[in-house]
Amino acid sequence: VRRSSCSSVPGSSSAVWSTMADKAQLQEAIKTQGEVVRKLKSEKASKEQIDEEVAKLLQLKAQLGGDEGKHVFVLKTAKGTRDYNPKQMAIREKVFNIIISCFKRHGAETIDTPVFELKETLTGKYGEDSKLIYDLKDQGGELLSLRYDLTVPFARYLAMNKITNIKRYHIAKVYRRDNPAMTRGRYREFYQCDFDIAGQYDAMIPDAECLKIVYEILNELDLGDFHIKVNDRRILDGMFAVCGVPGEKFRTICSTVDKLDKMAWEDVKKEMVNEKGLSEDVADRIGEYVSMQGGQDLAERLLQDPKLSQNKQACAGLTDMKLLFSYLELFQVTDKVVFDLSLARGLDYYTGVIYEAILSQTIPAPAEQNGADEAGVSVGSVAGGGRYDGLVGMFDPKGRKVPCVGVSIGIERIFSIMEQKAETSSEKVRTTETQVLVASAQKNLLEERLKLTSELWNAGIKVEVLYKKNPKLLSQLQHCEETGIPLVAILGEQELKDGVVKLRNVASREEVRLIVSQIVYNLSCILTKHFD
Amino acid sequence: MADKAQLQEAIKTQGEVVRKLKSEKASKEQIDEEVAKLLQLKAQLGGDEGKHVFVLKTAKGTRDYNPKQMAIREKVFNIIISCFKRHGAETIDTPVFELKETLTGKYGEDSKLIYDLKDQGGELLSLRYDLTVPFARYLAMNKITNIKRYHIAKVYRRDNPAMTRGRYREFYQCDFDIAGQYDAMIPDAECLKIVYEILNELDLGDFHIKVNDRRILDGMFAVCGVPGEKFRTICSTVDKLDKMAWEDVKKEMVNEKAPAEQNGADEAGVSVGSVAGGGRYDGLVGMFDPKGRKVPCVGVSIGIERIFSIMEQKAETSSEKVRTTETQVLVASAQKNLLEERLKLTSELWNAGIKVEVLYKKNPKLLSQLQHCEETGIPLVAILGEQELKDGVVKLRNVASREEVRLIVSQIVYNLSCILTKHFD
Repeated sequence: VRRSSCSSVPGSSSAVWSTMADKAQLQEAIKTQGEVVRKLKSEKASKEQIDEEVAKLLQLKAQLGGDEGKHVFVLKTAKGTRDYNPKQMAIREKVFNIIISCFKRHGAETIDTPVFELKETLTGKYGEDSKLIYDLKDQGGELLSLRYDLTVPFARYLAMNKITNIKRYHIAKVYRRDNPAMTRGRYREFYQCDFDIAGQYDAMIPDAECLKIVYEILNELDLGDFHIKVNDRRILDGMFAVCGVPGEKFRTICSTVDKLDKMAWEDVKKEMVNEKGLSEDVADRIGEYVSMQGGQDLAERLLQDPKLSQNKQACAGLTDMKLLFSYLELFQVTDKVVFDLSLARGLDYYTGVIYEAILSQTIPAPAEQNGADEAGVSVGSVAGGGRYDGLVGMFDPKGRKVPCVGVSIGIERIFSIMEQKAETSSEKVRTTETQVLVASAQKNLLEERLKLTSELWNAGIKVEVLYKKNPKLLSQLQHCEETGIPLVAILGEQELKDGVVKLRNVASREEVRLIVSQIVYNLSCILTKHFD
Repeated sequence: MADKAQLQEAIKTQGEVVRKLKSEKASKEQIDEEVAKLLQLKAQLGGDEGKHVFVLKTAKGTRDYNPKQMAIREKVFNIIISCFKRHGAETIDTPVFELKETLTGKYGEDSKLIYDLKDQGGELLSLRYDLTVPFARYLAMNKITNIKRYHIAKVYRRDNPAMTRGRYREFYQCDFDIAGQYDAMIPDAECLKIVYEILNELDLGDFHIKVNDRRILDGMFAVCGVPGEKFRTICSTVDKLDKMAWEDVKKEMVNEKAPAEQNGADEAGVSVGSVAGGGRYDGLVGMFDPKGRKVPCVGVSIGIERIFSIMEQKAETSSEKVRTTETQVLVASAQKNLLEERLKLTSELWNAGIKVEVLYKKNPKLLSQLQHCEETGIPLVAILGEQELKDGVVKLRNVASREEVRLIVSQIVYNLSCILTKHFD
């Protein structure tokens, strides 16, 4: 079949499919042998002869197995997964290029990790979400699971290689067995796009750079207006403390406050009081704080707040928030950043600043109001992150801490938005980058076409040629129009005699005559001037 | 995990309670009560007193790619993908796992080399072991009759990797295929042209491409008197000629005794020493199509893992260091208290699209900033100094040559861009 002319070696790339080619061959052989038997019987040949041929037939059939080897295929992808067709890949490439350019502009390196990890590496890291992990079947070796995010592999990588400082991005697919609400475009296999700075540094500078990066990416992607909310875990915890929330309820109250981006305060308060057992007073006090938004000024004001100023954690968080804003000012991003006391974010491992970027354009309200989307960001957001100083230490055998701050870009959401934009736009998305089609106007010019095509390829020009000896000019032009090839080089008998090639602009139909012997040079000039 | 840290704290505290009671010779009941609480806490933590002994390793047969390897990988992919694009190919992507029956056929043999996912109550799934089967499924599923596509992605095989040979259970495949009914041999020729171009551009030294034809082989076997049912097995014996001498191959053909397995098939299904392989396969898609509609295909698989190995070796022996970042300028300060100016200039340069780094230190030493440039290959450093700022200039130093120029701050973006374009592109 595929890779070698007879790949029957177990484990070779198409062992199973060479089996299938064999099965097709066997089916042929069975058919033929069946006819041999029928013929002998009709000729009333000797029993011995018939038996011999029948035996061969049965042997062939036995090789085929069950159902005479008929392959009935259910043609679909696994639940919660999808193929990317060429249009989607073209959009995806555009998005990745913008994002990766930004990461590179900031001096980030990249790494890659395996799609599955030892099960024990992932165990105990995701709390309740652990039931959503895809396990591999126990086939006698190590117990394995598909990665659930890129953060745990990152922490493992740092601990394993004893790395104390790195600025890295990682774009790869992760796997979660939840119930995808397909209308919301949620999948079980989806891309995550993480950027993290690990290492001990002077306060808030790397944190500020993460926000600058989110700002740059969202600007360049041209998704409309956005804003980035920031808060700090220490400010939240300090606030809960001074409001009278019992220590053991911090986390659960935190996740209730997190719902403020989707629920009205009245409902959030109800949940705090009725479900989480807070007194109304405490809830009201929380309500006063979480309604606050502002900039550096808010941080300063809160540092003067009689209650908060007594809480060490809150003060540390507020001081750092002031410092953060001073850096954001220097980075010229404060126009879109808001210090918002209602931002809580789901993940437990944040220890300091947290942030979330939200697009202003209205996104269709989903039926389900589960906040956490594939990037662990709530509906409407396109990026989220924060500082998590304790994670790597949990992987290191000696518990050595490596402080980290990072952000996860909600790339699947961005894909959806860009795909929608492409559908409503008049501009067609090209799936190839071909610059020129080499065509012929008459018959018997295949040789000349292939020669010219090869010459242009050798010069690095992106060229296609139809796989037909004598294609009609119309179908060649149609191919250009359908796939967006801007230029067509038309070979004609007369032109070849004159030593020229006609170069036509497919859209405008303007034509120029190029001298064959200088075609590479001339074509390159035209491409650089008009089509780059 | 925060809970586990809290639990560990609670265990520590409770342990002290127990110790105290014992040293105070408290009543057995009291001690037992507190010990019970301690054991309960420990149980919550799990095994080993919940001591997180992390086996810090990747799964057998898999590996991380560090930044240097990623830089090499990116270079290789760029060359290969440029070539595919130059030939007008599109690309697709498919999920990492498929329905198990897609990979094995409803009544197909259970290949022990396929990674299955655990039956967790839903569909039975398996990790893809090549890109050809997903391709055939994609074509049949979308009723596509014509496409020229490349697909670069990782595939999974549970074989026993001979690690010294750089074989892995998770590895990249890089496939290019032309599907469709066309005039004979033109697409086949283009595939070979593509392999030729890629191997040239990768600069791996001299190479040659062997071609043959399944029909010629079968015809040859027939006229030599090989029984029809032995074609395949004789074929695989002949295949060993690239590794075995004719005498041994003949012995195997005659004696029906296979010598110690010299399985040539490498991760790309190509034998050791090869970097690409492929051919025409007209019957595959028809096996997926419910109506058996045939879509003729021809394609090639580039042995990209082998190419990675070769390039990684070349990089190690080369004097030229592989950069893992593309940073063009480091913004540095010569004295203390210039963080604000550094961050401002850095931001201005980022806004202009220039690739810039700045150290996350309020008052870094000039030497460490220069060292960072040397270690990571950053070619230029913009040095802010008190006096220079008063004069409205910034010193731009070429890290390698130590030459310096003074750039006017207000025109720095323009000047720096010119310098970068002229000398560093």
